[in-house]
Amino acid sequence: MLFTLAAASLIRHRARTVLAILGVSVSAAMLLDMVMLSSGMRVSFGSLLTSQGYQLRLAPKGTLPFDTEATIKDGDAMVSQLLARPEVVAVSPVFGGQLYILTAHGVIASSALGVIPAVEADYELSSGRQPATANEMVANDALLAATGASLGDTVHVGSGFDSQLRTLTGERTLRIVGRARFIYMAREQKGAALPIETLRAMQGRDADGRVSLAMVRLVPGQDIESERAALERLFPRVTVISIAEALKQVDERRSYFTQLAVILGAVSLVVGFLLVTTLVTVSVNERIGEIAVMRAIGVHRWRIVAQIVLEASAMMLVASPVGLVLGLVTARYLNSILANFPGMPERIDFFYFQPSAAWTSLGLLALSGVLAGIYPSWRSASLPIAITLRQEAVG
Amino acid sequence: MSAMLEVRALVREYPMGDERVAALRGVTFDVDDGDYAAIVGPSGCGKSTLLNLLGVIDRPTSGTVAIGGERVDQLSDGRATEFRLRRIGFVFQRFYLMQALSARENIELPLAEAGLGKVARRDRARALLDYVGLGAREGHRPSQLSGGEQQRVAIARALANSPKIVLADEPTGELDARTGAEMIALFERLNADGTTIVVVTHDEDLARAARRMIHMRDGVIVGDERAR
Repeated sequence: MLFTLAAASLIRHRARTVLAILGVSVSAAMLLDMVMLSSGMRVSFGSLLTSQGYQLRLAPKGTLPFDTEATIKDGDAMVSQLLARPEVVAVSPVFGGQLYILTAHGVIASSALGVIPAVEADYELSSGRQPATANEMVANDALLAATGASLGDTVHVGSGFDSQLRTLTGERTLRIVGRARFIYMAREQKGAALPIETLRAMQGRDADGRVSLAMVRLVPGQDIESERAALERLFPRVTVISIAEALKQVDERRSYFTQLAVILGAVSLVVGFLLVTTLVTVSVNERIGEIAVMRAIGVHRWRIVAQIVLEASAMMLVASPVGLVLGLVTARYLNSILANFPGMPERIDFFYFQPSAAWTSLGLLALSGVLAGIYPSWRSASLPIAITLRQEAVG
Repeated sequence: MSAMLEVRALVREYPMGDERVAALRGVTFDVDDGDYAAIVGPSGCGKSTLLNLLGVIDRPTSGTVAIGGERVDQLSDGRATEFRLRRIGFVFQRFYLMQALSARENIELPLAEAGLGKVARRDRARALLDYVGLGAREGHRPSQLSGGEQQRVAIARALANSPKIVLADEPTGELDARTGAEMIALFERLNADGTTIVVVTHDEDLARAARRMIHMRDGVIVGDERAR
């Protein structure tokens, strides 16, 4: 009977119910987006860091990986020492630099990573293969498009470019053997990877043995934080960053996003709450007489409250999945815009869908639906019956 | 015969600005079990106020009301609701049926509230619709029924939980003469079947049909006569 009355009441004013559901859906979509935004970047970055299985990153003291052009002197020795530790399974050293490629239209500059292809963790191959010799490289789509080169082509490159003489320094001829998707590079950023020794050789003697970053994979079950502390003691000239530490850094940098998301999320929740409260209040005011009659014939107050709360909750429940879909579509669109954020890795998602985010949003909405129904229903069910009936009869 | 309704020195005052206006000024009377009483009097004499107090939807300023030997004038909201549900049947001038529900569902409403199972309340609602002559109209909504039919459904709803007493406030007030006469006959049949009825009315025909007529004026009883 409770369901019949609640459903009948919603169906009686179809247009209003549909509009209310649409309104709440928009509010739900915004709430979901804000919940996704508040934690999305962190989760996305965390999954990016863990995706290749390296738990620790060693960078020059006081820097974050590739934040500066600083490198670690005697990097190869450090890598050997790391590999000698029983706690360590693998080490992937990376040496960063620039690559300049001469084309018919001029010089194209690109980021370059010197890696050991067998243990690299900076890119994924979408076609082709890893460099197998010193004169092979992989490139991403942006670089291939800019140079007009294809897999199998040979390109003339340098590690430096004299703009006055318009000549390359540290020249090499490399063959492109793979198409790569760099994990930490921005969407439009041109990128290439080649054997670490090749890149160092191109940069000259100063680059010998240097690394910009070393990624460390630990034995499964190893205490990451204690190993991190041990490595910092062992290598006082480097900063050892665990994923947890990196995420902490991300948290600091994305605090503006979090604040924005929390404020806008709260606003959308309040808007949804007020919308439902207003609609329920209007609906209840139209039925004051009906409610007074129900009370007069012996329907308990809580039953009337339950019926109206059920109506409000039903609107929320119908609106929630609509809002969920709308929120996901909106998030996808916004993500595609924000993916072009300067310097942001292409694979970072600002709006990262997690089931928990959806449940949080739906839970908050359901709760606000219940709360939205309680006040107007309790107020109407508490009106003096005799006076209300008299006013209804006169009205 | 035992008293179904015992009213003693009933006073009901309403605040009106700084003053208090008395709608009832010390009303005392009894209604026997199985009796049929009509309360008559000019508008504003306190009839409806009295009916509200008898129906436990209002509280007196002072005085007492007992129904079936149980004091009902100071019940808590929850107990008053329970009492109305199980012991009192209300019939209103404007029928006040739930527009979203069918005739049968309107009757089922107090039955569901009383905790009756789905099948049992459906059977009971159908029996009551048959009793008021609307067995074939159970699926119709109030908007599909005439005024007289709606009032019959309202009476069936009032009888749903087999109340001790039925209280009716101008039950023929919205009906034409012919339908009003049908309603009077229905009330007579109801009373003949053992239901105690108290009706507030301006309708002389309805009042004459009652066994007893209580006259009110200015918040007090000024006459009390047995019709036959």
